[in-house]
Amino acid sequence: MNVLYAIVFLILAPLAGGLIAGVDRKLTARMQGRVGPPVLQPFYDVGKLLEKEHVIVALSQNYFVLAYLVFIAFSGALFFAGGDLLLVVFALTLAHVLLVLGAYSATSPYSFIGAERELIQLMAYEPMVILAAAGFYLATGSFYVNEIAAFPRPLIVLLPGIFVGLFYVLTMKLRKSPFDIATSHHAHQEIVKGVTTEFSGSTLGMVEVAHWYETVFLLGLFWLFFAWSPVIALIAVAILYLAEIFIDNATARVKWGFALRSIWLVTLVLSALNLVVLQYFGGL
Amino acid sequence: MAYMKRSPWIIHYDGSSCNGCDIEVLACLTPLYDVERFGIINTGNPKHADILVVTGSVNEQNREVIRNIYEQMPQPKVVAALGICACSGGVFRECYNVEGGMDRVIPVDVYVPGCPVRPEQIIDGVVKALGVLEEKRARMKAGAPAEATV
Amino acid sequence: MDILLFLLLAPLIAAVVVYALPNHPVRDWLVRLAAVVIAGASVYLLATAFDKGTQLVAFPTEPLGLAMTGLSVLMALFILALGVRYRKPIAVALVLVQTALLLWFELGYAPGMHAEHNLFVDEFSIVMALIIGVIGSAICVYAVPYMRTFQAQHTEVPDRRRMFFFVLFVFLSAMFGIVFSNNLAWLLFFWEVTTLCSFVLIGYTKTTEAIDNSFLAVQLNLLGGIGFAAALLWLGMTQGTIELDKLVGAGAAVALVPATLISFAGLTKSAQLPFSSWLLGAMVAPTPVSALLHSSTMVKAGVYAIVKFAPVLTGTLPGLFVGLVGGVTFLAASAIAVTQSNAKRVLAYSTVANLGLVVACAGIGTYEAVWAAILLIIFHAVAKSLLFLGVGSVEHQVHSRDIEDMAGLVTRMPRVGVMMLIGMAGMYLAPLGMLISKWATLRAFIHAPGGILFLLLIAFGSAVTVFFWAKWMGLVIARPNRGENIESRVPREELTVLGLLAALVVGVSLLFPWISKVLLEPYVFGLYGKIAELGQDNVIIMLLMMGTVLLLPLSLLYFRTGRHRLTPYMGGRPTTADMRFAGSLGIEREMGLHNYYLEDWFGEKRTFRAGVAVTALLIVLMFAGLALAGGFA
Repeated sequence: MNVLYAIVFLILAPLAGGLIAGVDRKLTARMQGRVGPPVLQPFYDVGKLLEKEHVIVALSQNYFVLAYLVFIAFSGALFFAGGDLLLVVFALTLAHVLLVLGAYSATSPYSFIGAERELIQLMAYEPMVILAAAGFYLATGSFYVNEIAAFPRPLIVLLPGIFVGLFYVLTMKLRKSPFDIATSHHAHQEIVKGVTTEFSGSTLGMVEVAHWYETVFLLGLFWLFFAWSPVIALIAVAILYLAEIFIDNATARVKWGFALRSIWLVTLVLSALNLVVLQYFGGL
Repeated sequence: MAYMKRSPWIIHYDGSSCNGCDIEVLACLTPLYDVERFGIINTGNPKHADILVVTGSVNEQNREVIRNIYEQMPQPKVVAALGICACSGGVFRECYNVEGGMDRVIPVDVYVPGCPVRPEQIIDGVVKALGVLEEKRARMKAGAPAEATV
Repeated sequence: MDILLFLLLAPLIAAVVVYALPNHPVRDWLVRLAAVVIAGASVYLLATAFDKGTQLVAFPTEPLGLAMTGLSVLMALFILALGVRYRKPIAVALVLVQTALLLWFELGYAPGMHAEHNLFVDEFSIVMALIIGVIGSAICVYAVPYMRTFQAQHTEVPDRRRMFFFVLFVFLSAMFGIVFSNNLAWLLFFWEVTTLCSFVLIGYTKTTEAIDNSFLAVQLNLLGGIGFAAALLWLGMTQGTIELDKLVGAGAAVALVPATLISFAGLTKSAQLPFSSWLLGAMVAPTPVSALLHSSTMVKAGVYAIVKFAPVLTGTLPGLFVGLVGGVTFLAASAIAVTQSNAKRVLAYSTVANLGLVVACAGIGTYEAVWAAILLIIFHAVAKSLLFLGVGSVEHQVHSRDIEDMAGLVTRMPRVGVMMLIGMAGMYLAPLGMLISKWATLRAFIHAPGGILFLLLIAFGSAVTVFFWAKWMGLVIARPNRGENIESRVPREELTVLGLLAALVVGVSLLFPWISKVLLEPYVFGLYGKIAELGQDNVIIMLLMMGTVLLLPLSLLYFRTGRHRLTPYMGGRPTTADMRFAGSLGIEREMGLHNYYLEDWFGEKRTFRAGVAVTALLIVLMFAGLALAGGFA
């Protein structure tokens, strides 16, 4: 395992994630016919949040949010260090449960319902992520990210169903329409602010930075499908993110029932087909 | 760095407004005026907001609510009263159910009169509020209470 | 081996002594003493036997065998009499059938079969013995103050605590018997004793509901018992051996029929679908019963038997279908658990689900799967017993079993609340034990034939388990109405046992690499000749996560200072600290918060019916596959 990569991730990911978020907002604005904020805006936002007064609603909420940030960073670092993909997935689940518990501890109706919705989100995309890890294993023979990344054959060819399924789920993980049922980024509102309603100041700043870490990790996950050619991988990941921005702007939020149902259906069908074909014909 | 000025998040509350000023406020968020280019976002959550933008006047039903929203905002915070009703009660000032402008309940930092207030004036007002916000932040950092004295 | 005999006899002696005494502090002390002795003896067993591999003990078959047959008949008559008295024709019929089969075997074939070694101990037995001895004893200690409060609060229930503790200790002895028996006839005897104990304890309150549920339990368990007896008969008729080690060692060619029949018995004992209704019904019993029998130990006996036969089941059609029954049970029971608001029912469905996972591993039966299965057994026993006992303590103070009434438990009963959070986290969150086991299970599934189906079941099932555990945790943490602290009313002894179990949850998770190395890997290696293990670096990562989780609460000290406290946002409505707000027209209203239960999605009736249909079909296919007697991998 490459600890150096992990450290580089821990330092650079917030910067990269923030820039990506800034580009996201700029492009969104242009798509809507506006000028939009400067690309560095997310950094200004977090900087401002850190300057705000320290307020809390519950004593334990900051602990949970800090733990959330720590474990998001941890799972991303583990991923880039080349560690076990399953462990990465489970660490990510732990992180999100911690965020949910932070929202629960604040006990306003909005954060409570936001927390319930966040759990539904978790329930919706967890199967896909687990099956994606299984898919990577079946295709490459290893759960270790560094071995998966070093695999000579293009994984996008071996795992197309998993790829599409993950992309479907990516919208939810990035908190974009149509699946932003628990909380949404910036201008969108959902149950006031859903999970993050009672977080403010530096607490909210931590959530924001954690989101940047997670974005970089998710893009890294998609990189794995194209890892055999870094140039193609970069272009592919960029196109994927642009597609996400486009989908975000072109759709409205759906009901959580629809989100859960459709994600599970897509997960089941695409993963099952992909894995079966891979298992029984993959040798060919 | 002056982060506060570059990332002011607003929460918009309508007291007893006829909605004329509210529509003008929302117009500011549209592509025509696009206040997001200043980093302004309309969050609906006082805990996330820096600027409380109020329209309409205070009456018996909403005075506690306005007070509550104001208190839920973390420091430093500013209040911008948009439209003459928020400034002083406007033409409804003498009505039996209207108490008056927003400064009856909360300290107001910027008054932007108008009926309805125009988007350009709103943007001017908010920019002025940003200046006050920066002052408050500096005072808060220096250890003094950041309450509005205006 | 003396320690084995000690573990078998000590609880019996304790049972008799305890029964002889009336309700009195002296008896309470004897219970505690017996518990400590049994726990100590289990640890002694670990210390002396852990590195000796499988040890077979040649204990004389007679006269114990004859005594067992006699006792079996007596037990059957007992159930028969009660079945007649309470008009339960199915129970009567089943007990008659099982006794007939058993007597046919005992009188017709047993005399001609000689078991060389009747008892044994290996690493898996040691693990089970530790669970029975340490966790079981802890539950007995907990039961003392619990039952005192129970009888005080339920004056309409006749005080039969003498019988209660008697049966608890007899049960412990029978469980030791199950895990130390190499002679299958002896195993069946102890198996039936546990059925009887469960029957008696479920019916403790003697209400109609309790009696009906106790008969439901006995019926389904007898059904399994018939399967077991049929296995013995088959072995008798084919002149096979009734020794477990020889049978498992002989492989599928010889042992598949008894393995399948005993697995069937295991499915009923472990309340797998379609036989799960008895476990849900058993929740009417006092909480120590639910904790001891119906989560940590008795139901583990069922999966113990199936895991023991895993080397026989692996790669065969019956094995595949047994595994699928487990997998489908895992998914269905997890889904139903989401819809339950009765805390004990949530725990019961979760138990059924986790046992399903163990059964799935056992059915797949590869070396990795068996390793994962035993890990699952260990971590589930520890965490689930903590949760049941916690619910018991909460119920006595809050007077409700509903999750919704546990809102804000961390303010009302801080220590119990935190310990329950540890228990719940231990059931599904990294880096605690169950997660490690699930991780191991996933890896086992992926290598197995037909693994993709199992992967789908575990992927969806895990997602669902996250949902219902996290929402319960959230409710415990949320504080909608700041209640007063009522924890001082909880008996200190209960808190001590809860604390011990909470420490075990954390400790066993920290120690799992050592447990794996010392006990599990040798066991698996002995059976399969291959080592299943975690990579060294993965162990380090998990311990790192564990350390982080344990250290992070220190940040609470930092976060305590200099924070301005605000009320939660209620749309601008002024709110008091305990979430009363000024509603419209100035009326003060209270806020209520409820979990999502997703009734329309996973409604109990619908999901149960679907699960029963699928698993019933799978069981039919299991027997069909047996008839074809094929391996297919």
